Amino acid sequence: MPSRKSDNGGKPKAAAETRPKLWQDAPEGDVPAETRQRILYFMKLTREVDDRIERKLYRQGKILGGVYTGRGQEAISVAFTCALAEGDFIVPSHRDMGVYIARGMSLYRIFAQYLGRRDGPARGKDGNMHLGDLRLGLVSFVSMLADSVPIVAGAAMAFKFRKEPRVAITFGGEGATSRGDWHEGINLASVQQAPAIFVINNNQYAYSTPAREQFHCETLAARGVAYGIPGYRVDGNDPDAVFRTAREVVERARTGGGPSLVECVTARMTGHSAHDDPSHYVPKEFFEEWGKRDPIEHYTQRLLDEKVITPAWLEETEIEIKKAVDLAVTQAEACPYPEPEECLTDVYYDPTRPVVNQ
Amino acid sequence: MAAITFLEAIRQAMLEEMRRDERVLVMGEDVANYGGAFKVTQGLFEEFGPTRVVNMPIAESAIVGAAIGMSMNGMLPVVEMQFIDFITCAFDQITSYAAKSRYRWGVGVPIVIRGPSSGNVHGGPFHSANPEMYFVHTPGLKVVEPATVYDAKGLLKAAIRDPDPVLYLEPKYLYRRIKDEIPADDYVVPIGKGVIRKPGRDITVATYGTMLYVALESAHQLEREGISLEIIDLRSLLPFDEDMVMTSVKKTGRLILLHEDTLTGGLGGEIAARVVDQAFLYLEAPIKRITAPDTPVPFAPPLEEFFLPKSSDVNRVARELMAF
Repeated sequence: MPSRKSDNGGKPKAAAETRPKLWQDAPEGDVPAETRQRILYFMKLTREVDDRIERKLYRQGKILGGVYTGRGQEAISVAFTCALAEGDFIVPSHRDMGVYIARGMSLYRIFAQYLGRRDGPARGKDGNMHLGDLRLGLVSFVSMLADSVPIVAGAAMAFKFRKEPRVAITFGGEGATSRGDWHEGINLASVQQAPAIFVINNNQYAYSTPAREQFHCETLAARGVAYGIPGYRVDGNDPDAVFRTAREVVERARTGGGPSLVECVTARMTGHSAHDDPSHYVPKEFFEEWGKRDPIEHYTQRLLDEKVITPAWLEETEIEIKKAVDLAVTQAEACPYPEPEECLTDVYYDPTRPVVNQ
Repeated sequence: MAAITFLEAIRQAMLEEMRRDERVLVMGEDVANYGGAFKVTQGLFEEFGPTRVVNMPIAESAIVGAAIGMSMNGMLPVVEMQFIDFITCAFDQITSYAAKSRYRWGVGVPIVIRGPSSGNVHGGPFHSANPEMYFVHTPGLKVVEPATVYDAKGLLKAAIRDPDPVLYLEPKYLYRRIKDEIPADDYVVPIGKGVIRKPGRDITVATYGTMLYVALESAHQLEREGISLEIIDLRSLLPFDEDMVMTSVKKTGRLILLHEDTLTGGLGGEIAARVVDQAFLYLEAPIKRITAPDTPVPFAPPLEEFFLPKSSDVNRVARELMAF
């Protein structure tokens, strides 16, 4: 009688033990000191801007509507943006203030936008993170985040058809990966082998929904296999790891190697929005554990230890950042609201209207 | 020029615009070497190649989204929906992204979405749709529907050259059933302007698409009874030619709104509300709408025949209006 015990009895190992890993880690390599310093600078500036918006202006009742920050996730937006070139096309998400900061959008315009003033990129027609300016390669995304994925596929196709060395990149949370457009867009980009990069900001919560209720596959990076493209899973709180990965996938796209999928694992260190108290659904151990892995604190220490920055630079920079943000807020608060009749403008092309954001 | 079909006029418009402007490209399912399900794009792939006639996977939302991304990078995409019914799969990209982009941050989305629309071809509920009103209800879009060979070409050119997103609906019943000679030289039919197909005295009939021919048939029959219809082919649904409708109603005092689209939420209701608002004292009789009933498009011939407005409906209503 054949044995019924699961002792393998000379049979090959179970498939899960020997199958190839379905995703890659961050590649090794050096990151130039100057780049690392820039990354830390932009991360710190991003945190200051986010904090000023959520913890000051919103709490003071000066901002109406939704406030979404990327607290704790700064490494992903900033490090990726630092790996891009002028001419690249970016569709960020609401957790990606770091993209706008590192790409050079003025602080004044960002605060004006949140305050609904005339000089925000949306000129009061839209609010909070729906910032866009094609001169900086930044697209004002819609709230249905996964819609960005086909947009990026199309932009990448345009670059490929025209033989332009540009790449298109989108950022979204693990929640956005559940929508059909996410699949459709990546599938299209991979069929076309277009220069596109799809970043997943896996901060483990989509509003109150934990990742285990969002997807069932082992990792989201593993989905790359389903599209025939490389998938990476990286520590989203390690700016060097994110940058090395970004550099590799950007180079691949730019040189005709097609799209890549990058899952950055991080933690959302705030509520879904400023009015959401996450302690109702996030175990406090999660915040305790991830609080010890703050990307800015760790990177600051690492760069000090490796003598990439000095304590003097750090002190000067913090003062400079605070001044810049103070000034931008003061100016933005002084910016007028749009005229009420502006409600009716720019629904359609009007040759008498000023050209903005492009 | 020899007479061409409605379908050939659509193809010609794309061909000429692609030759005229290298930013124009066509994308959709089976549009490349196959030439499209109805062969509308036949020949384009052979002339322009795979970077300007792009075959796509079955992903209407991604097709429209990709077109939007291309249009933000200097290209002028013309998306073919294999049947316009499938446009519902791309609803969010069209209404959230394309329609609102210029308003929200000043960047226009100059795409065209075109495809075979309407019924009377035994197509059933998913190959006979009239989806125009989902999009007429969306500020930021334009919606057009030609009914003649001349307009098919001129309106598609206008759509391709328009800096805003345009939905171009092609009544598939007319594809090979109407033929006409058109000018050889370049011409455009402006969006937002209707045309009087038949001037008349007694009743204004405002219509579009296949129903134009129902109205014309009816006009011919009613003429013998001494009832003179003035038929307006709207051609554009958003924006529609309000001035032309008002001028005509102020002359005739009676209005029939005729469309193959269903009753509730159809364009007829919108036009009727505006006429009551702006031309109330000119009306001799209530405004009448002749439309399909509020059902999905049925398949079996007796059911679809019941569904579709006919010239006998127009005749009956016209006589009622004259007797009011």
